[in-house]
Amino acid sequence: MSETLNYWLVIVGILFVLLNIAAFLIWVERRMLALWQDRLGPNRAGPFGLLIILADTLKLFFKEDWIPPFADRHVFVIAPAVIVISVLLSFAIIPFAPAIQIVDLNIGLLFFLGMSSLGVYSIVLGGWASNNKYSLLGALRGASQMISYEVFMGLSLMGVVMLSGSFSLRTIVEAQKDYWFVLLQPVGFVIFFIAGIAETHRLPFDIPEAESELVAGFHSEYSGMKFGMFFIGEYLGITLISSITVALFFGGWLGPAFLPPLAWFAIKTAGFILFFILLRASLPRPRYDQLMEYGWKILLPLTLLNLLVTGGIILFLNQP
Amino acid sequence: MTITQSLFYFLAFVAIFSSLLVVTAKNPIHSVLYLILTFFTLTGEYILLNAQFIGIVNIIVYAGAIMVLFLFVIMLLNLNVESEPQKTNLMKFIGIITGGIGLVVLTAALKSTDPSNTVVIQEVDMGLVKNLGQVLFKEFLLPFEIVSILFLSAMVGAVLLARKETK
Amino acid sequence: MLLLEQLPVNYAPVAFQFFVAVGFVVVTMLATHLIGPKRKTSDKLTPFESGVEVQGNARHPMSVKYFLVAILFVLFDVEVIFMYPWAVNFRELGILGMLEMFTFMIFLLLGFIYIIKKGALNWE
Repeated sequence: MSETLNYWLVIVGILFVLLNIAAFLIWVERRMLALWQDRLGPNRAGPFGLLIILADTLKLFFKEDWIPPFADRHVFVIAPAVIVISVLLSFAIIPFAPAIQIVDLNIGLLFFLGMSSLGVYSIVLGGWASNNKYSLLGALRGASQMISYEVFMGLSLMGVVMLSGSFSLRTIVEAQKDYWFVLLQPVGFVIFFIAGIAETHRLPFDIPEAESELVAGFHSEYSGMKFGMFFIGEYLGITLISSITVALFFGGWLGPAFLPPLAWFAIKTAGFILFFILLRASLPRPRYDQLMEYGWKILLPLTLLNLLVTGGIILFLNQP
Repeated sequence: MTITQSLFYFLAFVAIFSSLLVVTAKNPIHSVLYLILTFFTLTGEYILLNAQFIGIVNIIVYAGAIMVLFLFVIMLLNLNVESEPQKTNLMKFIGIITGGIGLVVLTAALKSTDPSNTVVIQEVDMGLVKNLGQVLFKEFLLPFEIVSILFLSAMVGAVLLARKETK
Repeated sequence: MLLLEQLPVNYAPVAFQFFVAVGFVVVTMLATHLIGPKRKTSDKLTPFESGVEVQGNARHPMSVKYFLVAILFVLFDVEVIFMYPWAVNFRELGILGMLEMFTFMIFLLLGFIYIIKKGALNWE
């Protein structure tokens, strides 16, 4: 019985920390964007403007929660819930430290891929339920972008699976004791990261919400906490992709012994989150056709080639 | 009743209930949502049988890919309430006949099978991805290679259907 | 070889996680729905389309391109599924497995070249 209670505590604890990170990222993102773009950013409320987090959260809670009469009520409510639930579920398989992991599944990596493939529903359903032309356009574009980049997202990870011989994230991290997989799989890492950006539809791949042409795309009609859910989902998605990248390519919790494993994991993940924000600060948005052709015609063949070359090299080195 | 059994009955109940809703839902998008729910309960059943790989593939392929295609098709056809054509009596009659034939076949098939005992998994880790790969790439090599030809023809078919020849 | 962590019991934490996540989402959305103010004004009754008068239903038939991308995605996704059990067994299967997968991939590539040649992925 105490074991079950323990599980609940760990799960609720991790959830609590994750939601706090998501809220904290509101401030981090705005401050870092300001820094990189030579602006001030939020600096009024509290020290370094930190209280903006509280202000933003309170605002979301007390705003009017508006379900438009022209929308499909049920689907309209389900859409924002889907993204948050699927991203939170993915965190179940992340090994934060040797002792902190909700569950080490035999098919851990596939579980992550399965959950991330559900994220597309929140865009399609949100855009469709809104009954707004811009929303529907954003939803269609977003969905085609996400499914196109999903094709090689899983494929780009197969190099790592071949090297470690397992889908379990714990085994993969432990297999990197000698050298990080980014050294052996640089192409796989770059492709996975690009696919990850497209999956979370962050800039430069924010076609589904492109505010200048689609007035926020699939979530034009959303307000209050339902909009907040899309927002949380996006920040949680960034955290998820960053921590998966760290676990798969950058040795997870491994690092010199002067810091605890959890600290190493947190530092590496924070680095990638900052990189996500830097990308937003520096890159322009590509045209839709450029985005699709880049994915299908360049990244997909490159991923297949990477797989064959990796296989060939492993076989060559393993020869007796 | 053990936990596994009660879980099985619960998932089976939800599966049947949601698949009934798939048929009865007025809005095609709602039907797709109920179908996704059905796939999730099926994944639960697979995991109860310890077929973990099939379970997760069911989510990736059916819930994550094919249902997206369904949504796209429904949006492509634009099935609004106003534009939905009324079924004629002939159509309804044909529907009843085909449904009835299906029911007869299913009942006959059910009758001819023996009432099974509780499923006992013989080899517990048979459904794990590692063992599955061993079998797939040794015993079932030929079907595996033939599948790739099937995919090739499916690709050609899709492109031919969806693309108008422009000259 | 039977490892304890490969049994279905192991999925119980996933179910817990699911209930916690659903609980969080439902409680938050319900709470904000209840505490937020409610004001009905006529401007809110129409979809926001940048101030342009709304014409007809938003759910218009869309380009067949999106459908083609979706169907190709399904095909490639299923092909990639076949590579998962191969990659995890890679060392055990050795050169023979590599050749098997190579044959499989050749057909995939043939299809891919056909798609490119036909220009199915061109967004003019």
